[in-house]
Amino acid sequence: MFSFHKTPRLIASTCCGVLLASIPLVGAAEQTGRYGYGEPATDEQIAAWDIDIRPDGMGLPEGSGTVDEGMAIFETQCSSCHGSFGEGMGRYPKLAGGEGSLTEDRPEKTVGSFWPYASTLWDYIHRAMPFFAPQSLTDDQVYALTAYVLNLNYIVDGDFVANKETLPKVVMPNHDNFTWDDPRPVVNNDRCMKDCKEEATVSDSAAGKNLTPSTTGPLDEGITQ
Amino acid sequence: MLGKLRRLNQGVSKMALEESERLPSSERRRFLRSGLFTAGGAMVGGALAGIAPRALAATQYPPEIPSWTRTLGSGVVTDPYGVPSPFEKEVIRRNVPWLTADKISSISFTPLQHLKGIITPNGLFFERHHAGRPEIDPQQHRLMIHGLVERPIILSMEDLQRFPSVSQINFIECPANGGMEWRGAQLNSLQFLHGMVSCAEWTGVRLSTLLQEAGIKPEGKWLLAEGADGAAMTRSIPLEKALDDVIVAYAQNGEALRREQGYPIRLVVPGWEGNTHVKWLRRLEVGDKPWMQREETSKYTDLMPDGTAHGFTWVMEAKSVITSPCPEMPLTGNGIHQIEGLAWSGRGKVKAVDVSVDGGQNWQQAQLREPVMSKSLTRFSLEWKWDGTPALLQSRVIDETGYVQPTLTQLIEARGTNSIYHKNSIQTWQVNADGSVVNVQLS
Repeated sequence: MFSFHKTPRLIASTCCGVLLASIPLVGAAEQTGRYGYGEPATDEQIAAWDIDIRPDGMGLPEGSGTVDEGMAIFETQCSSCHGSFGEGMGRYPKLAGGEGSLTEDRPEKTVGSFWPYASTLWDYIHRAMPFFAPQSLTDDQVYALTAYVLNLNYIVDGDFVANKETLPKVVMPNHDNFTWDDPRPVVNNDRCMKDCKEEATVSDSAAGKNLTPSTTGPLDEGITQ
Repeated sequence: MLGKLRRLNQGVSKMALEESERLPSSERRRFLRSGLFTAGGAMVGGALAGIAPRALAATQYPPEIPSWTRTLGSGVVTDPYGVPSPFEKEVIRRNVPWLTADKISSISFTPLQHLKGIITPNGLFFERHHAGRPEIDPQQHRLMIHGLVERPIILSMEDLQRFPSVSQINFIECPANGGMEWRGAQLNSLQFLHGMVSCAEWTGVRLSTLLQEAGIKPEGKWLLAEGADGAAMTRSIPLEKALDDVIVAYAQNGEALRREQGYPIRLVVPGWEGNTHVKWLRRLEVGDKPWMQREETSKYTDLMPDGTAHGFTWVMEAKSVITSPCPEMPLTGNGIHQIEGLAWSGRGKVKAVDVSVDGGQNWQQAQLREPVMSKSLTRFSLEWKWDGTPALLQSRVIDETGYVQPTLTQLIEARGTNSIYHKNSIQTWQVNADGSVVNVQLS
């Protein structure tokens, strides 16, 4: 129904299948666990797509960038959404500040206040930023922006040079406040069926709050908060 | 009621007129003479000559003979790819404009209030994009499998479809579903409160089949999945899960994935956070440690009241919600009603659902409607005689592990109000004497 158009390569492999038809192949995949489909990925192909960076620095390329270089790039490429100092414009993410706010009513989860690993910053800027032109920055530019955002958060000094040796050594302020084992279920309600509690009282209602977009008619563009 | 019906009729007349304008002139004359057009609406129809008086009636039900009974309908392939009746035009995904900075990195919600059964129609499956919906040519798209494997490979979409395929019905839920409600009742709508869950039959190749093809090296423990969109979205997944029930899906409810759902391929990670079901999948890397990507550190981690955060909270815990009645579907009068809803668990099958009409003082076990499948939406219903007095409706799911869906109070006691994600607490609908239904929270 939706088989993708056949390419000459597939036709070629089908031909081979015909030639080999006299050799019993039934169950071959079951025995070896392999079907032999696809092509080997070359080192060049892997290098071009393998862009992930790990906290231990695995994946970081050659190159470097300074805080000052990062500031200049940030102003032209990033500040329209994130503000010149990472303060965030409108509802776009705030990148700096928020230290000590994680226990407050309105926590500000920024690179400085929340992010556990500096490597994530390099990885994410490189793979997805700037928002309107992802994967358009050079490695040096990414190093520079990483240095600048870390400096905005007082994590590195102004003379910091980011490269594949220095970045994995950066310890993020909130690193120790993460746990990586799911503690749930942390709540498991009782399955009470009768007289389970006193009469229920309503503590809050969505009625009259005027936050709900239209649920009929054209899509609602109007409500802003 | 009559006025509404008349407006609907006029809508149909207008559509019929528009349709007739697309026809060749001879066809158009025949079409315009046909009762379908003239009987569609009294106002327009009355302006044309030779109409039976009965066609002017405002209603189409007994004793009238409906116009559609006395005319021919449109032919086959009028819509080569079928679309819903124009009368269903309200059944659409919707977004909350104030929730995100733009529509490129944003969310839309499934209209659960209109849906029947457990399968979400492909055009109504909720959307979550981080850099918009890419337009991918499947002939140019490739899946690369590399890292700690014996044989790094690149697969075309044809290659993928040659592997043995499996089909499974699984829900996908964004862990932020309901996340606007931690601090109070805000949104008065089932769609906006719970519409970041959808369910489909997924067809594709087991990830274990593909990883076996590449050959996992003994030190391989983790998998990184990456999308081909502008966000190049990534998540680390332990191999234990990857080899268990994860599939690389190329079909959704029998047809190719929708672009919004990752065309041409996506990961389906049954029961886990929607964010792990990486769409537009382009790369799978085997490694010995997690990668600590932005989507598993800065986002999709749960902030606790003491300022610590829990990461890798992948499982979507059991949840249920009453879909009828709901704010969009109020009660229409006293008497017998079927309370209906949906329940699901990321840990397996739904074992039971209880319903309360008094805000959780007393509960009755609802009936589960077949099929009941692991990590799938499951229907429940309970017959209820409403006497017209205010009520507080709730549903509570118990899954096969024995986990009982918590109240909001219990959840907040354990997790505070800052965790954004994994709000799976019991929903309360307040039914007013006039039958209207409001989202409320109980103390």
